[in-house]
Amino acid sequence: MGAFLSDLPRYPFLQYALITGVLASIACGIIGSYVVTKRISYIAGSIAHTVLGGLGAARYFQTVYHWEWFHPLYGAIFAALISAVIIGLVSMRAKQREDTVIGSLWAVGMATGILFIYKTPGYNEDLMSYLFGSILMVSPQDLWMIAGLDILVVITVVLFYNQFLALCFDEEYARLRGVHVEFYYLALLCLTALTVVLLVTVVGIVMVIALITLPAAVAGELTKRLQHMMALSTVLTVLFTTAGLAVSYGPDLPAGATTIIIAGTTYLLVVSGLRVFRLLR
Amino acid sequence: MMMKQHQLVTFQNVTFSYDGTPVLEDVSFTIPERTFISIVGPNAGGKTTLLKLMLGLLKPSGGTIEVFGQSPVKARPRIGYMPQHLQFDPQFPVSVLDVVLMGRLGNGVRIGPYRKTDRAISLEALRKLEMHDAKNRPFRALSGGQRQRVLIARALASEPELLLLDEPTASVDMAVETELFELLHNMSKTITVVVVSHDLGFVSQYVQSVVCVNRRVMVHPTTAVTGEVISALYGSDVCMVRHNHRE
Repeated sequence: MGAFLSDLPRYPFLQYALITGVLASIACGIIGSYVVTKRISYIAGSIAHTVLGGLGAARYFQTVYHWEWFHPLYGAIFAALISAVIIGLVSMRAKQREDTVIGSLWAVGMATGILFIYKTPGYNEDLMSYLFGSILMVSPQDLWMIAGLDILVVITVVLFYNQFLALCFDEEYARLRGVHVEFYYLALLCLTALTVVLLVTVVGIVMVIALITLPAAVAGELTKRLQHMMALSTVLTVLFTTAGLAVSYGPDLPAGATTIIIAGTTYLLVVSGLRVFRLLR
Repeated sequence: MMMKQHQLVTFQNVTFSYDGTPVLEDVSFTIPERTFISIVGPNAGGKTTLLKLMLGLLKPSGGTIEVFGQSPVKARPRIGYMPQHLQFDPQFPVSVLDVVLMGRLGNGVRIGPYRKTDRAISLEALRKLEMHDAKNRPFRALSGGQRQRVLIARALASEPELLLLDEPTASVDMAVETELFELLHNMSKTITVVVVSHDLGFVSQYVQSVVCVNRRVMVHPTTAVTGEVISALYGSDVCMVRHNHRE
């Protein structure tokens, strides 16, 4: 903790990491609240894992065909959006087989990524860091992209908050009131996909599902309206990512994993604490 | 000369089946405007199916349905609907007023927050159902009966010309039920009210006709019948309907 605070003013990479955590928390708190209330955390998990396919493919084309512009993060965004649309269409058209498709996409996305990374010549170990997070390796360019995605998520949700709320609370009624449920559901999955890409940088593909759900779940226990849940969830995510960074820095622990442990412990304490509190009352 | 009463809902030879099992067979009836109508029938007899067909949530396998002279899907903006069951996350963080405001969607609101008039109309709907004091309470903390009243308020908030309520009295006590039916009875002077109910005798005091559903549909007017005769008559009527459907 002390080491983190004394090094923070000196090293830009630490400052970038801190800003990344804060920026990602905004999208994470908002979209995480939808993911938890609409119960689509497994969809978020599946989208996260297909991201590896996009990262691997982008790096392959960069190295083998010299597509210099094709940054792995673009590949990640592309793969996440494609899988969001596929899952969305399947779940709307063939409800009963939804989980099969989510699971398959999860594994096939990873497999694609592993194959591309394996066949890409040169050193590609850094891609594997996307599995467990690489918040300390964020560049200023990455920061701009994260800020851009953040703005997109916030503006969309501010404009269509009522429609998304109706969709998550009571889809059938929303449809009857003339809300284009299919469109908003696909839009929500695409926003989830973009948020997942942000979080891959912070905690890595494997642990995205925890960071998108845990703060929202804690906030959901403590708030009575969705907009308050989003605000509290955002604050909690900022606390978790910052604490994860600060705690892991001194003893040289992986920041992503530390963040998740802090979030998970908090969730456990809040949920069990509230149960005990209600029993005693 | 009597003013001509328009038919709001028209079913013509409508058939519907779920995965090959027939639910409704050759159903033809009409609902005139500004009436209070009750749909009754045994469980799984097709009451909710009838409502969902009127809303265009289900498509008939045969026959035609018109609401306001249009297809049910096109008529949706003019219909207020209260579902019997809400497939809602029991922990969903949403306030009573938030829920009622959803009734205002599709009334010109497209982007950004709800307007002042939307809030005023929603609060008025809550007041009518005596849930105004609970406007800021979390929806998840309400009892079953209170939730149903909030959902009726949500249906009213869309300022419907046709109000469809699926078992609105399923979990309220007698006093509340009486109040509710008096309210609906008053409303039926200006709009058409259709209530699905399993409670025969009681409803009949207020409703003008009863639509009996059990795979087939029969409509019984109640205007000529008053007082205690109702319960006796209805008892025999129901028996007759069931008998007819056994075939």
